[in-house]
Amino acid sequence: MTVPISLRHDETFVLNLGPQHPATHGVLRVILTLDGEYVVKAEPVLGYVHRMHEKLAEGGTFAQFMPNTARMDYLHALAFNHGWALVVEKAAGIEVPERAEYIRVITVELNRIASHLLWWAAFLLDLGGFTPLLYAFDDREKIIDLLERVTGSRLTYCYMRFGGVYNDIDDEFIAGTRAFIKRLRSRMPRFYHDLVTHNIILIKRIKDIGFITPEQCRRYGATGPVARGSGISYDIRKNEPYSVYPEFDFEVPVFDECDSMARYMVRMHEMEQSLRIIEQALDKLPDGPVMGKAPKVLKPEAGYYYSAVETARGSLGYRLICDGGKNPYKLKLRSPTFSNLSLFGEVAEGMLLADALAFMGSLDLVIPEIDR
Amino acid sequence: MDIREKTQIALALLFPAAPVTEVPVVAEGPPPPRDAGVVIQDFPRCGSHLDVLCRPDQVVAVAQIMDTEGFFLESIAGVDWLEKQQLEVLYDYNRLGGEHCRVMVRTLVPRTEPVVPTISAVFPAANWHERETFDFYGVHFQDHPNLIRILLPEDADFHPLLKDFMP
Repeated sequence: MTVPISLRHDETFVLNLGPQHPATHGVLRVILTLDGEYVVKAEPVLGYVHRMHEKLAEGGTFAQFMPNTARMDYLHALAFNHGWALVVEKAAGIEVPERAEYIRVITVELNRIASHLLWWAAFLLDLGGFTPLLYAFDDREKIIDLLERVTGSRLTYCYMRFGGVYNDIDDEFIAGTRAFIKRLRSRMPRFYHDLVTHNIILIKRIKDIGFITPEQCRRYGATGPVARGSGISYDIRKNEPYSVYPEFDFEVPVFDECDSMARYMVRMHEMEQSLRIIEQALDKLPDGPVMGKAPKVLKPEAGYYYSAVETARGSLGYRLICDGGKNPYKLKLRSPTFSNLSLFGEVAEGMLLADALAFMGSLDLVIPEIDR
Repeated sequence: MDIREKTQIALALLFPAAPVTEVPVVAEGPPPPRDAGVVIQDFPRCGSHLDVLCRPDQVVAVAQIMDTEGFFLESIAGVDWLEKQQLEVLYDYNRLGGEHCRVMVRTLVPRTEPVVPTISAVFPAANWHERETFDFYGVHFQDHPNLIRILLPEDADFHPLLKDFMP
């Protein structure tokens, strides 16, 4: 545990970290007040990639907002697609064929692995390890190729439709996915765990650093791997099941060390759980159409609707308010990293600057999703 | 007693005049206007278990109850009801694990003078969410420790999510 130090407040100075600093992954700016190498105060400044998606949602129809959802969290775009499809289907009462839900789950989970791989690569790059990036990108490339085959794009997907998905998966995709599962499982122990997880340098950098208590998670609304690394067993896929997730046998990895290492371990174990879900979904994949019946012009009943999905970074909520018209009257996006980042200031206090950056990496920030 | 009932009973104490009601089944058209109070919602249909409409001066009391019951603040949203000349502030509460319950708390303020007390003393998460609602709607959160713009540029002089905002 970090030894508490007494800070001399008369000798502080201000360091402006970002918005173009490589360690902030995008355009996050943090105003750090430092006493020597110790952080006295850390204040994130947001908004450098703010695009006002909520206003854009009000200006178009429900379907027109689908491409926007992928431009927020560009690393787990399919989960954002999924959430938007679910909330509108809920509001408009649209039925989705079973096969379409299975395909949604398969693609969302593949995307989750890709997101975790990229986080892993970027996190280790922050800590000074370059080689892991090459291994992770090698594996991630396989996923991106698979997803490109069915969705037509490599990063900003617009794959889901109200009532199903845009394109059916074919045998080549299924064979490719099975091959990928085998490949990642064979590479995981050697290239990921032996090289990195058990590496003494990594352990020294992130173990017992960046404590987030479960109570802090609750007060700040932190979800996802951040909460699960603090011993809170909360995963929307289990706690508030949606889509066809109840039909799969998977575990929610929970670590109660509360430090950066715990959050690291949660994500490493989640990749295996996602592989398990994909495997079962491919085995059980039912036949049938991939698009249900949905009206061309949607006019959901007036009312308040909420739908949440579990993204790679935590709980994503769509609060949709309809007034009976063909545009959303109001859409509020509850993005997980916005809340996860809000506890950064409190936790980083008293840390060494280098530790604070390692801690920031362990939060898995995606700035366009915070700024929306 | 499950968590929904427990929360509902705790919240109902704030509204002695209004009994807890189930959501009325209305076949067509928008739901009729209602008074302050607690309404049980159809969760699979709309995604929240309880809908609480309270007066602006009650939001802190509601937040304290939610804190005691172990909820966390999911988000704060604003809604501009231009026709009624009202702004709505909408708080979404949820529970981190354990029994599942989502509570939506709403309060209405006049559009000309949107003032709501801050709940950032109860939930620190509210600090940023309130700044965002101030940024987009111009809702003034009384006693907020740092009510400045969060996502828009600091020199912006508009509130873009107001329905009558023209870029």
